Amino acid sequence: MADAQFSTSAAATRIDLMLVAGMVEPGSRVLDVGCGDGALMRMLQDGRNVDARGIELSQAGVNQCVAHGLSVIQGDADADLADYPDNSFDYVILSQTIQATRRPKVVLDHMLRIGRRAIVSFPNFGHWKIRTRLAFGGRMPVTENLPVSWHETPNIHFCTIRDFIDLCDEVGAHIEKGVALDAGGRQVRLTMPWWVWNLFGEQAVLVLSRER
Amino acid sequence: MARTLGTQAIPPTPRNEANDPTSLVARFGADQPLHLDCGVALSPLTIAYQTYGALNADKSNAVLICHALTGDQHVANVNPVTGKNGWWETMIGPGKPIDTDRFFVICSNVLASCLGTTGPASLLVDGGAPYALDFPVVTVRDMVRAQAMLVDHLGIDTLFCVAGGSMGGMQVLQWAASYPERVFCAMPIATAAKHSAQNIAFHEVGRQAIMADPDWRGGRYLAEGVRPEKGLAVARMAAHITYLSEPALHRKFGRKLQDRAAPTFSFDADFEIESYLRYQGRSFVERFDANSYLYLTRAMDYFDLAADYDGKLAGAFRGARTRFCVVSFTSDWLFPTSDSRAVVHALNASGASVSFVEIETDKGHDAFLLDVPELFATTKGFIDSAARARGLVEAARG
Repeated sequence: MADAQFSTSAAATRIDLMLVAGMVEPGSRVLDVGCGDGALMRMLQDGRNVDARGIELSQAGVNQCVAHGLSVIQGDADADLADYPDNSFDYVILSQTIQATRRPKVVLDHMLRIGRRAIVSFPNFGHWKIRTRLAFGGRMPVTENLPVSWHETPNIHFCTIRDFIDLCDEVGAHIEKGVALDAGGRQVRLTMPWWVWNLFGEQAVLVLSRER
Repeated sequence: MARTLGTQAIPPTPRNEANDPTSLVARFGADQPLHLDCGVALSPLTIAYQTYGALNADKSNAVLICHALTGDQHVANVNPVTGKNGWWETMIGPGKPIDTDRFFVICSNVLASCLGTTGPASLLVDGGAPYALDFPVVTVRDMVRAQAMLVDHLGIDTLFCVAGGSMGGMQVLQWAASYPERVFCAMPIATAAKHSAQNIAFHEVGRQAIMADPDWRGGRYLAEGVRPEKGLAVARMAAHITYLSEPALHRKFGRKLQDRAAPTFSFDADFEIESYLRYQGRSFVERFDANSYLYLTRAMDYFDLAADYDGKLAGAFRGARTRFCVVSFTSDWLFPTSDSRAVVHALNASGASVSFVEIETDKGHDAFLLDVPELFATTKGFIDSAARARGLVEAARG
């Protein structure tokens, strides 16, 4: 798991956080995996009276969080989720990070085990700009949203929205809610079919729960 | 045969501090025995302690500092034995992370140590011989029970914070387990919920070095007017290596020779590291009692917090409302990060509020005592936010 500011651009992260925060029920218990400097946790704690806990890899991030009075442990999604008990949180949030984990499927499994719901947001590699650059430029795309070149990016498991939905099916995750954001940060309408999302959504935010 | 210590003879320094400490003391008589894990009711009991800052009207700003194996209560004042600064003045003082303008800081000498709290160097009766090996074997939980008696004695119900590193961190964890409602926040640093086999092994080397010294005399050296200085020095030398790290040793000493251009083809201290360790050993014996070293290392060996909860560490923290800040250091191989992570996992499993940071440093286990800015940044942030939650006002700064 990498620093959020390096895996996607700062502006994308900000819009994403506000969207994610809006999906969390007030007063719930939240585990924010890859919580960075704790921006989302503070948003949730102050605005929605949420009991938020975090995991962050960077020492600088953890220090910032602890200095703000947040309960954050140093660790990462791949190594540390296994140690959390079942059903210990209402939501487990992984914001703009799943593509940077070593084993996204295992991570998703753990999230659904630990939380009643998982909220996952990720950059969509199926966006038309990326498809165009790869198709016509012949190079791995570097975009405003994904600003780091292939050899330096921490994003080792890129996927499209369609790919991710396949993974959800594979692990038995039910998609309760899904939002895609276009390049301008506007929501792609929910009534649109998946292929529209997959083409015009730059980022996706999905609320998942275990299928019963 | 046995030489007795004449009344005119000047006893060695640790002996002096053991029975007449340069500290505040709390005395508990026969009506208030300390019930130990080994079954003994220890009485009388003396606890030597220091305080800094002022207790507020609500008695809500008390911070208890727990010291490590060879530490003492002189946490933030000049040490009466060594003449050096207090051992945690980097952390405690006006404007420091544990701000004495804001908090009432208490540090007591642990049970079985030798700086004034009852231990093997204490006299059984006035004018009599020291306990020596007649002193009962104590545990970390016993140390914490004694501290709780002191906290009661000071009229304090809930401690704002309990903090300490290494063996001090073990006491912090024990406090949180034994008296969860009395600890608002806790900072166990560079520590573990159980002592590892490797650490027990190192301690055993130290104890054997002491007991192999002919001047140990079956533990009765004080009564016989001698001290096992060589054995204790070797114990300290071996232990001191475990407090450092290979990169730090390399950085500080490498293979540098001590005041000479070439090896002497002898067993002199040719290398700087040898000379340094010998100095560490020599200076340690001037301030510490060999039997205390046996008892305290034993207490650490016996420490296994999970064992009291059917082997499940999370059980020790069930329902804990204490806020925890766990800190480890990357180059600490005595209490490695995996030990701290085990504590963090247990705290998470029990739903406790926990922060954890592993600080990057090459200074080894001793890092918690040294000038490590990241440590101060983390602890200050944690303490300040906990103080806000506790409703403690910030110290006014002129």
